[in-house]
Amino acid sequence: MTDQAYNFAYLDEQTKRMIRRAILKGLAIPGYQVPFASREMPMPYGWGTGGVQVSAAVLTPDDTLKVIDQGADDTTNAVSIRTFFERTAGVKTTTRTTDASVIQTRHRIPEEPLTDNQILVYQVPIPEPLRFLEPRESETRKMHSLEEYGLMHVKLYEDISRHGHIATSYAYPVKIEGRYVMDPSPIPKFDNPKLGDMAAIQLFGAGREQRIYALPPYTQVVSLDFEDHPFEASKADHPCGLCDATDSYLDEVIIDDTGGRMFVCSDTDYCAARQAAGFKGKDAA
Amino acid sequence: MRPLLSVQGVAKRYGAHIGCADVSFDLYPGEVMGIVGESGSGKSTLLNCMAGHLAPDAGQVVFDTRAEGPKDTVTMSEPERRMLSRTDWAFVHQHARDGLRMGVSAGGNVGERLMAVGARHYGEIRGKATDWLERVEIDAARIDDRPTTFSGGMQQRLQIARNLVTGPRLVFMDEPTGGLDVSVQARLLDLLRGLVRDMGLSAIIVTHDLAVVRLLADRLMVMKSGRVVEAGLTDQVLDDPQHAYSQLLVSSVLQV
Amino acid sequence: MYVAVKGGERAIESAHAWLAEERRGDTSISELGIPQIREQLKLSVDRVMAEGSLYDPDLAALAIKQSRGDLIEAIFLIRAYRTTLPRFGASSPVDTGAMSCDRRISATFKDLPGGQILGPTFDYTHRLLDFKLAAEGELPQAPTREATPGNVPHVTEFLNREGLIEEAPHDDTPPPDLTREPLEMPADRALRLQALTRADEGFTLGLAYSTQRGYGRNHAFVGELRIGAVAVEMDIPELGFAIEIGEITLTECETVNQFKGSKTEPPQFTRGYGLVFGQSERKAISMALVDRALRWEELGEDNVGAPAQDTEFVLYHADNIQATGFLEHIKLPHYVDFQSELELVRKLRREAGATETQEAAE
Repeated sequence: MTDQAYNFAYLDEQTKRMIRRAILKGLAIPGYQVPFASREMPMPYGWGTGGVQVSAAVLTPDDTLKVIDQGADDTTNAVSIRTFFERTAGVKTTTRTTDASVIQTRHRIPEEPLTDNQILVYQVPIPEPLRFLEPRESETRKMHSLEEYGLMHVKLYEDISRHGHIATSYAYPVKIEGRYVMDPSPIPKFDNPKLGDMAAIQLFGAGREQRIYALPPYTQVVSLDFEDHPFEASKADHPCGLCDATDSYLDEVIIDDTGGRMFVCSDTDYCAARQAAGFKGKDAA
Repeated sequence: MRPLLSVQGVAKRYGAHIGCADVSFDLYPGEVMGIVGESGSGKSTLLNCMAGHLAPDAGQVVFDTRAEGPKDTVTMSEPERRMLSRTDWAFVHQHARDGLRMGVSAGGNVGERLMAVGARHYGEIRGKATDWLERVEIDAARIDDRPTTFSGGMQQRLQIARNLVTGPRLVFMDEPTGGLDVSVQARLLDLLRGLVRDMGLSAIIVTHDLAVVRLLADRLMVMKSGRVVEAGLTDQVLDDPQHAYSQLLVSSVLQV
Repeated sequence: MYVAVKGGERAIESAHAWLAEERRGDTSISELGIPQIREQLKLSVDRVMAEGSLYDPDLAALAIKQSRGDLIEAIFLIRAYRTTLPRFGASSPVDTGAMSCDRRISATFKDLPGGQILGPTFDYTHRLLDFKLAAEGELPQAPTREATPGNVPHVTEFLNREGLIEEAPHDDTPPPDLTREPLEMPADRALRLQALTRADEGFTLGLAYSTQRGYGRNHAFVGELRIGAVAVEMDIPELGFAIEIGEITLTECETVNQFKGSKTEPPQFTRGYGLVFGQSERKAISMALVDRALRWEELGEDNVGAPAQDTEFVLYHADNIQATGFLEHIKLPHYVDFQSELELVRKLRREAGATETQEAAE
């Protein structure tokens, strides 16, 4: 059901080449934000246009694509993006993490460890980790180029002095190979440890902000912290109500109007696979 | 002994107007140099040229760096210069709000330079910040308060703590007591004198207030229309000014 | 027992079908045709072309119909379509001096060569609802006369001849292309004008208005405002000369702004410039004021900290497609981020509670 009116994966070849050049540059300088001439896409800025352009540039007709939003394949925006590529690229799609060669994600890293045959594409709203400390792009670029990251730690210091903890729970800043400070996109900090030393290629696309950055396989990624207040990957302290997993990130679901709630895996594929393998949580039917 | 800072032929023009011209002097370790003159005399332009905030049109500002010895800071790369200004150099602004982060707590303000050079132990950073707040006579209980809640004098003392915490070898001060009440000025001067003596600081202080240099400076330069008209030991210049302009300047203020 | 929410796909399809039905509205009312929109809602069409940065009245009319009259949505449709179009080349710069003007006014000279032409303007209408329009079948007739032959020179040229206004030297440097290169600072004037011409009309108007109220005031006079058709020409390499490939309607505004001078330079007026697709007067004037405000640095003026003087602020927030997308994306699910915030707040509250109990016990 490919839409013949458009080029493979929507973008014209010249644009894809331009994006691939940016991706290669990003892979060569891990964590560095490469400016690229983001195109207007037929979906709104802020809804994954960066990720979609990166996916469009790396997809080949033989690829199998998985799209998740908040860890789930069937959230509306994930459905919309998957349908977009089914229409414009005609590639196979899947919900199974292990079967996918390209995974576009918003806000999560799949629980299942990825392999060196896979590419993980992140949708990024604000690529600049220093943005809320310094609103000026010209200044933040200078701070990156001169490696002036003291301010980033001032923010963490302020968190601890006010709350007793680092009060950043998602989009938790990381340092790449001892050089660039990077925003890992708004993934929960629970996912941060998966960023480092990953076998798969990780690509980050910010459409509205016109930036691409990347982590080649097996890159060193360190979450910023203090020696006496070390980084902690946290999650709700429960097993999954459906599959009983204790190692996965959980969504809290309100099930009645008297405060009843349950916790279920945010990664729907991971949860379904465990249930199929016979694991059963206390709330499972 | 090798000079810590050697300024040679520094000049800066603004179009046809001379900011400062042909300024040369040496500053030795542990020495405090005062630069006095009325507003528009070029003393702030000179200070900003030396501190790397302005690019001079001519001349050299040679600093005795820890790693490589004497090096011209005008021609060094920007990363190197910025590195200097957050390690071995400090700059105290006339208005504390130009030198502080008003949205960050006092502790964060003092700790920033430590973190910028790699301190990563929260407890130690906080300990040093507490220590420095006390040294500048700010109640340590105020460590988590923002400078917006501080008085003008406290803000200025916080700015000094923030600058001195990394043990800089050279401190630039631009009218550090300007804009403060007279009684507050006296306390700040007293504090500065103590710090300069205890830490053996080298400093360059720009001021129009002769009382400030009388108390703090070993040597003095008098500037007029962008040029140095007289230089010498502080007491010598103040008690026996040679140049007509210096005489005018000295006679127009009360002796301290 | 809990069953995880499924069926995003079906929900989307049904929502789209419902939208289509709502778009058509009551089927006993005749359907709006593209030519009707193009001819009778021309100013909407013009705005969609200008901010969509694609000159095609029929497509703009289609976009307005498809978007149910939501102009930003229509602009978005045009932008997304525009991305897919191949580039054949760049036209020669249009010559607005050779414009056949439907409207041409100057606020700085009472009369001038080429004359003042009011044209089809709302300016002196009384803003009274015209109930006659509610009845259909009206065929208004405007009086006509022969166009006066001869040039309609730019007003700023008169001032320029006397050296009273800053020079605007001819420059053949190809301008940067905002749609092909990422927007990076510092942005030169060509790039700023390019961003402003497709900037959101409301945002540009608000900024321009703020300069008039004192936030970066630059004392603008409308030296000239002209609206009309200009020929678009393109060099065809195979032919070796330029041929006319079409005609577009433009609105051009040149402002004459506060003069400045120094010891070496005598006082001179300065310029602000606005150029927009279609008949878009409000936008063109706003653009000229904002352009002028952004030029403070090259003109050696003070930065008074006004929003309209801040190039990064203006250019990064002027595009309504970027703005609306990012604004509306907060409707998307954020369960994961919110969950992590929930955990953190609960943890902090737990600890705060523990400290209090402990203190009470002590």
